[in-house]
Amino acid sequence: MATYIPVVKAILSANDMAAAENRTAFDAAGLLVVNLMSSPGAGKTSLILATLERLSPSLRVGVIEGDIASTIDAERIAARNVPVVQINTGGACHLDAPMVRSALSHLSLPDLDLLFIENVGNLICPAEFDLGAHLRVVIASVPEGHDKPYKYPGMFQKADAVVLNKADLMPYIDFDLSAFRHGLSILRPGIPLFLLSCRTGQGVDEWVGWLTAQLEARRGDHGR
Amino acid sequence: MHELAITQAILSVVLEAAEAAGARRVTAVGLTVGALTSYVDDSIRFYFELLSKGTLAEGALLRIRREPGEGRCQTCGGTFLVEPPLLPACPLCGSFDIQIEGGNRCLVECIEVEDGDLHPGGEGYP
Repeated sequence: MATYIPVVKAILSANDMAAAENRTAFDAAGLLVVNLMSSPGAGKTSLILATLERLSPSLRVGVIEGDIASTIDAERIAARNVPVVQINTGGACHLDAPMVRSALSHLSLPDLDLLFIENVGNLICPAEFDLGAHLRVVIASVPEGHDKPYKYPGMFQKADAVVLNKADLMPYIDFDLSAFRHGLSILRPGIPLFLLSCRTGQGVDEWVGWLTAQLEARRGDHGR
Repeated sequence: MHELAITQAILSVVLEAAEAAGARRVTAVGLTVGALTSYVDDSIRFYFELLSKGTLAEGALLRIRREPGEGRCQTCGGTFLVEPPLLPACPLCGSFDIQIEGGNRCLVECIEVEDGDLHPGGEGYP
């Protein structure tokens, strides 16, 4: 005899529980954690490097690098004397909360003010997997085209800020900035958008200013 | 390939529920998949067939309900269903002043199982 059993369970509830544990660990250590997501090649590692150059030197930064394979990105970060942990997902196209949890054992959280988690380059799955980060930042880039918010709404729906990298290429590419902005505004009204170029440095200060303000707000909350 | 991890998560929720119910076999799974997640039904079916081999859920039928996002027009007040790629304007009045929400859940709604005890009520049970 067949029986009908109601379940009504979010399929990623196990991941979400691990993410909540990560967030508790981050909060206990009092640091701000940022999940950086983008398609491959949009400039996640470049943004981290450009940010490190301009952030106040008194801030202690750590990085978790997620890649399907290789340690290329981690080596670029380590060259700046920043503590970095590489996660190789071995084929998985995104990081999940348990992967981040195992990476945390290689970092001393109380010795950090800011932790970047660089997700695997992909505009689909990383949106679904909460890592326990406080902020989700999506990096788009001019050569990808202005239609990304329309095609990958799930990614932008959950973002706290969007960086549009490679802005120096704008004159050479048919990128409709107002269409891009509009796509963001119908999904996330009022979301901060930073036009910048990691290559030329234009616009990076505005992004770093916003990030620093987020850090200060977080510390204010934490101190209360 | 994006559906692999999602399908693993689906299967583990299904098997957990089936075992809790003492089921002998899962015959069907009711899923809700948000249309704005970019997950493809056929791909979920493909991975489910592959991953469920040798489990209680082998051969289970997947009933996938796509849950669209909801658009709301600030100009005409109308609401409309949204599937990607998104349209930049309200399909009812053409206004660009719209907002889109939802369509990003992934839920196992229910499972249908065959009971663990082959003859719980003895011969002739209903």
